[in-house]
Amino acid sequence: MKGRALMEGAHYWSGDIAAAEGAIAAGCRFYGGYPITPSSEIAERMALRLPQVGGVFIQMEDEIASMAAILGASWAGKKAMTATSGPGFSLMLENIGLGVMMETPCVIVNVQRGAPSTGLPTMVGQSDMMQAKWGSHGSYEIIALYPNSVQETFDLIIEAFNLAERYRVPVVYLMDESIGHLFEKVTVPPEDEIEKRLVYRKRPNGGGAYLPYLVEDEDLVPPMAIAGEGARMHITGLTHDERGYPSMTAEAQEKLVRRLNEKIRRVREKITMVEEYMLEDADVAVVSFGITSRVAKRAVDIARGDGIKAGMLRLKTIWPFPEHVIRRLAESVKAFVVAEINYGQIYYEVERCACPRKVLLVPKMGGAVHRPEEIVAGIKEVLRG
Amino acid sequence: MMAAKARGLMEFRDNKELIESLIRTDRLPHVWCSGCGIGIVMSAYLHALVKEGIDPDKAVVVSGIGCSGRAAGYVRLDSFHTTHGRPIPFAVGLKLANPELNVTVFSGDGDLFSIGGNHILHAARRNNDITVICINNYNYGMTGGQGGPTTPEGAYTTTTPYGNYERPFNLPHLMISLETPYVARWTVVHVRRLTESIREALTKKGFAFIEVISPCPTAYGRRNAMRDPLELMRFFQENSVIKHDASFEEMAILPGKPIVVGKFRDVEGIKTYEERVEELIRRVNGA
Repeated sequence: MKGRALMEGAHYWSGDIAAAEGAIAAGCRFYGGYPITPSSEIAERMALRLPQVGGVFIQMEDEIASMAAILGASWAGKKAMTATSGPGFSLMLENIGLGVMMETPCVIVNVQRGAPSTGLPTMVGQSDMMQAKWGSHGSYEIIALYPNSVQETFDLIIEAFNLAERYRVPVVYLMDESIGHLFEKVTVPPEDEIEKRLVYRKRPNGGGAYLPYLVEDEDLVPPMAIAGEGARMHITGLTHDERGYPSMTAEAQEKLVRRLNEKIRRVREKITMVEEYMLEDADVAVVSFGITSRVAKRAVDIARGDGIKAGMLRLKTIWPFPEHVIRRLAESVKAFVVAEINYGQIYYEVERCACPRKVLLVPKMGGAVHRPEEIVAGIKEVLRG
Repeated sequence: MMAAKARGLMEFRDNKELIESLIRTDRLPHVWCSGCGIGIVMSAYLHALVKEGIDPDKAVVVSGIGCSGRAAGYVRLDSFHTTHGRPIPFAVGLKLANPELNVTVFSGDGDLFSIGGNHILHAARRNNDITVICINNYNYGMTGGQGGPTTPEGAYTTTTPYGNYERPFNLPHLMISLETPYVARWTVVHVRRLTESIREALTKKGFAFIEVISPCPTAYGRRNAMRDPLELMRFFQENSVIKHDASFEEMAILPGKPIVVGKFRDVEGIKTYEERVEELIRRVNGA
């Protein structure tokens, strides 16, 4: 396996290993992180593998520093990543905001566990959903993806890097403890097949003086220079103008913050990834993500066996929220059930888009996944009206 | 090509125009108060860069938040104005991802040693190959003059209205305890020695640390009977002593005692983090 960026073929991997291998396949060559259960195996795999492919692994002093280091590495031209769990993600949010403001491509894996606070370090939770979107101060948009199997953990993280590079934004890769620690078969496709899928950040064309935040393209994404190639750019977390210079005015704020949001909002439909299961004739749609979707699918099968027209919508893209998918579905189903391992987070997003359809939350506080029967009971309850 | 460029720079040694070309004059006037010392340190850094013939395209300045943090915005180099306390880990990532860069962290005492305290310890421990210039003005100037980790005992600030009853850091002592290869302290009055020190730090293999005692007449001086910028400079001149072999006790900044300045440590042969990473990659790949 020496020096191989891509381990083609079949493997028996955990979700954490698959995340690390997928990142390397995506071209990630810098990892800065701090150990935390249940994500530590990602750091361990990166420590083992990155030197083999000429990449850099550094164990930073904490998660604040980890996040700062990957931003620095990204500005030096590397695809960069960190991984953590809830408590560490809380610490990273400061510099995730900086990443948003500086428009820095990077990927942050959050293998969620039971929370709040130290919570349940070794057990499942899906309660950082809103934190992923709103955790850093300010009004901003971010991209978050969520796999539900070990194979998909490998595949989807490549997409996470692509989106980060394409839209110059930190991408949050949400995972479940139960996927991070689950071992399943993973098939790694041939190198040329992956190579074709990779996206790299838009670069300045070299003509004239480089203005780091001059936007000339319809996608609202400015080309990105990297440090050391003569751009002589100034990059700041302060509100800035096209030159990258601080500009303390309401006008500059309006222009910049609006664009940072719009560049993501306008591609909401384009970057939405969902899985639909038996929704064609469904009366009730179960909305879920990650490990919960695997239970939800079973619940739909049980409900169908009981003569209920149930279906499932699995969100792979969490942010920007696929509101158009919920709105469209609200035209055909009578009601929604949202199953998630928290006390109501994505539920509120679904509720706002499903109007006037009834939406029922089937929560779980964490530490265990739902039993299918709990979701089936929810399906029956919401249909009773 | 780089060598040619470097030679080109040498021809312009001490050239005013060249120094000016490294300043974002289109951003003037700057935010610093009259009598502030940060501009002197920034100028010393640019002179050191030119004197050493370092390719400005490869020189990167990283700053945190505060008055000193604004320096990144005035140099016409690749420069990053990051979050409060975090310029060092940002710089660590930059340098590791591209070891060709000459990375300098330019920030204040509060940024580097209070909120960012943990980061400087670990970067020094690892011997990351970066230079850290710490402007110590004894207080938080930008937020209006609050006390901080370097405020001398007894000094008046907005948060020490009865006089500071905390013990401040002895920064050179702390950095030497971490085996930092290069540790120096100057005041802004020692412009020539400071410039020479920065020049040495920029080419030093490994972590280099320079503390610069700098006046803040607006926020600090006026509450401590040093309101007049010139008087403050005179104070630094008359109350500083150059002593390269100072003891740790002598490095402490104490009321009524002279400020001991000098090049306190300059050692060779400590492997840098970047060298270790390079070695590891070679070893793992059997080269």
